[in-house]
Amino acid sequence: MRALELEELARNHGERRVLSGVSLTLEAGETLVVFGPNGAGKTTLLRVLATLLRPHGGSVRVLGCGLPQEGWAVRGRVGMLAHEPMLYRELSARENLLYHARLHGLARARVVELLERVGMSDRADEPLRTLSRGMVQRVAIARAVLHDPELLLLDEPYAHLDPAARELVDPLLCAGAPTRAGGRRTRVISSHDPTGGLQEADLVLGLRAGRVAVLRERAAVRSSELVELYR
Amino acid sequence: MKRTVGALLRKEMLVELRTLESVPGMSLFSLTTFVVFHFALNRNSIDGDLAAGILWVTLLFAAMLGINRLFVADSEEGALDGFLLAPVDRSALLAAKVLALLSYLVVLELVAVPAFALLLLGPSLDPGLGGLVAVLALGDIGVAVVGTLISALTVRTRARDLLGPLLTLPLLVPVVIAGARASSPLLALHASGTPSGRWLLTLALYDLLFGLIAYALFDFLVED
Repeated sequence: MRALELEELARNHGERRVLSGVSLTLEAGETLVVFGPNGAGKTTLLRVLATLLRPHGGSVRVLGCGLPQEGWAVRGRVGMLAHEPMLYRELSARENLLYHARLHGLARARVVELLERVGMSDRADEPLRTLSRGMVQRVAIARAVLHDPELLLLDEPYAHLDPAARELVDPLLCAGAPTRAGGRRTRVISSHDPTGGLQEADLVLGLRAGRVAVLRERAAVRSSELVELYR
Repeated sequence: MKRTVGALLRKEMLVELRTLESVPGMSLFSLTTFVVFHFALNRNSIDGDLAAGILWVTLLFAAMLGINRLFVADSEEGALDGFLLAPVDRSALLAAKVLALLSYLVVLELVAVPAFALLLLGPSLDPGLGGLVAVLALGDIGVAVVGTLISALTVRTRARDLLGPLLTLPLLVPVVIAGARASSPLLALHASGTPSGRWLLTLALYDLLFGLIAYALFDFLVED
């Protein structure tokens, strides 16, 4: 099954076109890594795929559902890790995750399990505003994978994480793992790290000023090409 | 839907209990306003139309403080996006926010009405208390629905502190008029004990109308 089918996707912010003519397909269980300098449209692409932004042109199918018409059918099958943690600063990690678990109809045990897996059990009851940025990122990762999504949208997922924390969360973010829905997990990752990002990719998308500059399978991409995108 | 509203309402209450940003501010504002009126009017007591007007205008402005902050925690750190990604009916957020604002208004009135009776009101509140509770309840529903709607509309704007009151106050004028007219006989020297049915009906119709408008529009306001 195809997880993503984009054809001539376009999106504007006001008068400015931030994404234009993006066409690609991604099979279920694969990883698409998106590279590009600041303002290239990476975050906008992820937000469109998450149903948080409507496409202004072209067609978008996510997990077999057309957006924006069938957005309701996609929510709950997608997990997103954005620049912002999508959590309440005044609530603790446990309270935040329990809130999301209730929205997704999940049992309390899943929250306890994920707090354990991201190494936050000890500080699970402290307000997020008192935690370091790296710890908040770990809780945000737990939130993104709480409902075992079929599609993970990760916007620079390793930002703020030290090597030990990265090792801890890596198994939660891996691609291809079977999901409870029976499919294989697909990932779209936005990255600024040409070497590390390339290792994760099955398909590579390079964006420059909202347009496709590179779109090839990993084997056909050199990291120097990606470095070039940032110049 | 019930489960989602419960989860959202629980989160609202937790955030308010942690921050204490809305209810204490609203209550203190009403108390301060009554003290200012007490000295500005230079009268020992007021009743009837004047009392009803002062009570309703004070409650309205105090409510604005809560309305302005209703979506602030959601707009920080992308928390609202977390809700929008969940496979739930977005109307649950409307219901939870209205219920949260309603509960803030009830707490506000538990503080403000006795203080009003103590600082400004001449006649005893006892004969008309039941009627006043009914009028306040209907008025609160209107304020909560319209307040939530406007708060959702302005939350993503930079000038929400300015836009909120500018849009909310004109829409709530009918609530103040109907609320004050319905309360006036209850706060008169020889209180009748029952509010005017005509104005109660006006409030109920207002609540119904804006309830339907809010239900129809809310999804579009929180979505892109």
